[in-house]
Amino acid sequence: MSEEKKLFKVTIDNITVDVEPGTTILNAARMIGGDVTPPAMCYYSKLKNSGGKCRTCLVEVAAGSTADPRPMPKLVASCRTTVMDGMIVKNITSDRVLDARAGITEFLLLNHPLDCPICDQAGECHLQDLSYEHGKEGTRFEFQKRIFKKHDLGEYIQLHMTRCILCYRCVFVADQLTEKRVHGVLDRGDHAEIATYISKSLDNDFIGNVIDVCPVGALTDKTFRFKNRVWFTKPVDAHRNCSKCCGEVQLWMRGDEVFRVTARKDEWGEVKDASDGRPGWICNECRFDKKDIKDWTIDGPSKINRHSVISQGHYVGVKKPTDFLPEVMGGRGPKLLMDIHKVSEVNRPEIELSKIEGPAHSDDFKGSK
Amino acid sequence: MIQFSEQKLAKVQEIIARYPQGKQKSALIPVLHLAQEEYGWLSAETMDYVASLLQIEPIEVYEVATFYSMFNLKPVGKFLFEVCQTGPCMISGSDDIVDYIKQRLGISVGETTPDGMFTLKTVECLGACGYAPMMQLGKHYKEHLTKERVDTIIEECRKNAGVLN
Amino acid sequence: MGVKLLLEKAHVEGIRHYDVYRREGGYRAVEKALKTMSPDAITEEVKKSGLRGRGGAGFPAGMKWSFLAKPEGVPRHLVCNADESEPGTFKDRYLMEFLPHLLIEGLIIASYALGSNATYIYIRGEYAWIPDILERAIAEAKANGWLGKNILGTGFDCEIYVQRGAGAYICGEETALIESLEGKRGNPRIKPPFPAVKGVWDRPTVVNNVETLAAVGPIINIGGEEYAKIGVGRSTGTKLISACGNINKPGVYEIDMTISVEEFIYSDEYCGGIKNGKKLKACIPGGSSVPILPANLLLKTAKGDTRLMNYESLADGGFATGSSMGSGGFIVLDEDQCVVKHTYTLARFYRHESCGQCSPCREGTGWMEKILKNIEMGKGKMSDIDLLWDIQRKIEGNTICPLGDAAAWPVAAAIRHFRDEFEWHINNPQECLTRNYGLAHYADPIHVPTTA
Repeated sequence: MSEEKKLFKVTIDNITVDVEPGTTILNAARMIGGDVTPPAMCYYSKLKNSGGKCRTCLVEVAAGSTADPRPMPKLVASCRTTVMDGMIVKNITSDRVLDARAGITEFLLLNHPLDCPICDQAGECHLQDLSYEHGKEGTRFEFQKRIFKKHDLGEYIQLHMTRCILCYRCVFVADQLTEKRVHGVLDRGDHAEIATYISKSLDNDFIGNVIDVCPVGALTDKTFRFKNRVWFTKPVDAHRNCSKCCGEVQLWMRGDEVFRVTARKDEWGEVKDASDGRPGWICNECRFDKKDIKDWTIDGPSKINRHSVISQGHYVGVKKPTDFLPEVMGGRGPKLLMDIHKVSEVNRPEIELSKIEGPAHSDDFKGSK
Repeated sequence: MIQFSEQKLAKVQEIIARYPQGKQKSALIPVLHLAQEEYGWLSAETMDYVASLLQIEPIEVYEVATFYSMFNLKPVGKFLFEVCQTGPCMISGSDDIVDYIKQRLGISVGETTPDGMFTLKTVECLGACGYAPMMQLGKHYKEHLTKERVDTIIEECRKNAGVLN
Repeated sequence: MGVKLLLEKAHVEGIRHYDVYRREGGYRAVEKALKTMSPDAITEEVKKSGLRGRGGAGFPAGMKWSFLAKPEGVPRHLVCNADESEPGTFKDRYLMEFLPHLLIEGLIIASYALGSNATYIYIRGEYAWIPDILERAIAEAKANGWLGKNILGTGFDCEIYVQRGAGAYICGEETALIESLEGKRGNPRIKPPFPAVKGVWDRPTVVNNVETLAAVGPIINIGGEEYAKIGVGRSTGTKLISACGNINKPGVYEIDMTISVEEFIYSDEYCGGIKNGKKLKACIPGGSSVPILPANLLLKTAKGDTRLMNYESLADGGFATGSSMGSGGFIVLDEDQCVVKHTYTLARFYRHESCGQCSPCREGTGWMEKILKNIEMGKGKMSDIDLLWDIQRKIEGNTICPLGDAAAWPVAAAIRHFRDEFEWHINNPQECLTRNYGLAHYADPIHVPTTA
């Protein structure tokens, strides 16, 4: 019994949880889950030194600990503040927190384009979620938004700096997952930007993970961009034997077509550990080059939070209409008089709609047969 | 080709020796100053050279060089006028001085004269508030600026231009 | 004439050089400290003196020293913060330019007390000629046995290095300074851990302002208790004030924190009154980030007491009717100055100097600057004033480092005390381009309600 570690009791929004010493308030809140968990735009539990910058996870510490129950004068970043035994934290039960968080949301959106309908991240954007939850409907900012020049990061990754909220996660990915970092944060203040300074492509084996950690649409997958909206695609878990990474991924499919490959994410939107306990980061080959369903072994549909817009396309709970014809026809199936696929000029499965520039036209289907 | 002289390289080693073993990155800002003294500005090539001297990645140099306002990432004129315009200088008439320099040199803030002689920049507080209005010119401060004093400074620069070559 | 401890010898010809400095009694404090006192006894003496950090925050220096972690086998460092960049402040520059040995003396004693064998002076890059002065003084001190190996036969080794910054106000924040010293961008660190535990190169570190360290020598000479007798209350010793703006005699003055603000501005010993016979309109008494006060609240507190030049009196009334000693940058505005424009230049300054790491400061400072520019240029709306108030309120306290607060306070104070000037700008968009609002009633006596 003596080997058992002493746990700290921490109360967040009136819910008490026992956590190991050294746990941050945010991670304690994640153990409770639900609304009690502060939003985190820059913190990423899998990346060392991340967090503290976006300030969306600010919470009020109403009592520091049992030993010293004084409240902390300022709101603290829950992702970088460790709990003390007997600490009392207020998140959504604190008006100060909600007020500050609304302010932070406004600051983050100040120079962020409000064009979600044409952004590839829409539907899985953490800033979008944050603004739905904590943002105001109008904007008080009446000036030109900051824009950046397009910057080329090579054949796989698109950087759209105008959308960046400077969470630094992609910098940590390059630092911690690759042996050589070629991109970083340049300039300072409101002109700070993610860039390589002189055009360089990011081509390390694991650099594709910057796409998965980016909370907004600043870093996107060039092999997927504008091919489809994420909520029209169906995420399925799949794996393959990969010599470089864990090979456990999520395929974003439509029909039999693999539109996109990403790492598997947990309920906080972070890359999940693989089944053997290794970090779940995936390599570029799995991410960008394996777009054929034959490359993968399907494990089954991914579990998606029902609140997510992506759950619009999920498989779980779908009611299949019952085929009643055989029943009323005494067990005999309907007789197929004509297979439309065989005679139609229009419905041609070998033509890949996504490869057609602009809207599809009947001309696109003519002549090749 | 960017290459420090033997003397400069010795200076770099002397600077690196100020820090604990393996912490040679600490020498970055001093070495960038040395490079800028030598070449007037920091080109990507210069920064890559500094990275190789300190055995760090080029991006680590770019990140730092773009953060600090004193590093010129584009070529500047031989004489860089950096006029302070923050509160205390403003209430002491820095706006008039900036206007006068613009008129005298025929350039706007951020521009260089066609002969490559002068560049005018406005900067934030240089810590000479009691001696305002003022500007930085190279290594030194020119304080208590008046129109007459600006004239004298410009004349002196023109005279020194030959000597500095 | 008040007591002078730092600038006592400032006007002695050649005091910049070792021989003169030594002849005038220099390095006595080092001798006394290293030969007769233990490191802990020195820290104790500094604690007794009540010396408060002169960089702006006013944290007791001795206490800061006593927090320094001392794990076995891990080197510790003292870093001197000479990144003086707060608008209105130029006192450290004066000390380093004219009395470099005074600073070095303090550095040696403090290094001994803290166990720092390699001490760094981080100086702002724009002070480009001062490192030469300091390095020369360091070489002189070393040649005379005050630095190097086995100083005065005590077994204590110490080297002092000068490191130049390259233009970043944020590096005055101690963790940003440490990052910069490590050759990185000046992004402040998220605390904890504090530098006393994990500072430069993850080693325990103390960062002190130039003036704080320069005061260590005099404290050792006269003793902590004697030092504490100078001044009033918790404002002990002497303080350098750098006075600038519309005054007859701008410059650096040493005060003993017992004189009144009025005396400081109008007496010939100090600022010598307002330039050109104009009237005093407003003043920022402690560097650009502390609240601006209109003349009436500057000279007297809201209670009607005479305001004194010390930590407590300047802060009397809190931010509602008081200000702060800050870094001692004393900016005086006469009746012709425009508070809106002045506030705009400060907002521009903070936007320019924000490191961009955390969102409230990165985005909020730029927003405030844009709105203030509009108001200054006659394009403001009445709702802009409340908007500014709301923005500063949402920056303050929510950022990683105090730069966010420093950017928020000047805007808040300008609106708090000069709201009618902002309104005038908005209501008179044409007129405000050609003339200023003037003195108005800002110097009128404040009605102090008397209680029976």
